[in-house]
Amino acid sequence: MSSAKVKAYAQALFAIAQAEGAAEVISSELYAVARAYESSDQLRNALGDATIPSERRLQVVEQLLGTRANRATVQIVSMIVASGQVRELPAVFDEVIALSSAGNNQDLAEVRSAVALTDDQQSRLAAALSKATGKAVNLKVVVDPSVIGGLVATVGDKVIDDTVRTRLDNLKTRI
Amino acid sequence: MNQLVISVLAAEDPYVSHHWLFPELGEIIYGGLASVIVVGALVKFAGPMVKKSFADRTARIQKQLDDAAAAKVTADSDAKNIRAALGDIAAERARILAEADAQAASVLAEGRSRMTTEIAELEAKADGDINAARGRGTDELRNEISVLASRATPLVVAATLNDQVHKDLVEGFISKVGAGK
Repeated sequence: MSSAKVKAYAQALFAIAQAEGAAEVISSELYAVARAYESSDQLRNALGDATIPSERRLQVVEQLLGTRANRATVQIVSMIVASGQVRELPAVFDEVIALSSAGNNQDLAEVRSAVALTDDQQSRLAAALSKATGKAVNLKVVVDPSVIGGLVATVGDKVIDDTVRTRLDNLKTRI
Repeated sequence: MNQLVISVLAAEDPYVSHHWLFPELGEIIYGGLASVIVVGALVKFAGPMVKKSFADRTARIQKQLDDAAAAKVTADSDAKNIRAALGDIAAERARILAEADAQAASVLAEGRSRMTTEIAELEAKADGDINAARGRGTDELRNEISVLASRATPLVVAATLNDQVHKDLVEGFISKVGAGK
């Protein structure tokens, strides 16, 4: 799918989320779905396998998100899966969250952490990133055990990396 | 008459001689003449043949003697030539053996020299290979240790990070970012 098509999809989905009156919640949930899709081979196989009937794949979506996410979120994900564009799901949903952030005059700040952050930590981290970038940020935390420890924040083109993984990589390079 | 003859005849047996040793005179005369005729015929006709036969035999024997003498001379000459040839062969053999010895000594010396050179070159190459292999082995060992260490380190570090360390890392990140570092 081309970049223009991804943007078109994202704009349409964001319009639906806005129409539902829960654009921020839906975009956050879509962002979480995109990260889960990226990190889980099992989920990618279940949703992307064309040999599995589409009804069965939609059942998977329903089972995963049915009671946990906004109804619109479930329908958007189901639509993407049913349309056979599931490979583009992360790109489209990232674009949706970017549109949501831009709508709130925020930059999307993706933070990867080895452990889940408390609400307090998230709010202080958002404030710190806002101070560092000079703009309000829409903080999204992704729990990623591969960083081992510490955090890495990506705000636009800026990357602030203080993870144990990076330190070990630097150490390995020096060795 | 007839009676007389018969009686005479009857008195002398014709199959009995008058003497136990000598034949009758007539027999001697006729026998003697016949013997002379036979001997004369033999002398006349067989004598030359016999004489010629003896002469031929003598000539043949003489020829055989001459041939034997000539063969002896030839054999002596051949023996002399053979002895001379044997002498030449012995000399040639000695010369060939001497030449072969000289060539063998030369080949041996050359081979020994070449072997010495090749051994020296092989030893030098082996030393080089050993040193190179030692260097490679050291490098490979170092790389292997690095790889193992790089694989093991994240696992070890991850295992040693407890909740407090994670919290400290997060707080440190927030402080650094907040401080604009």
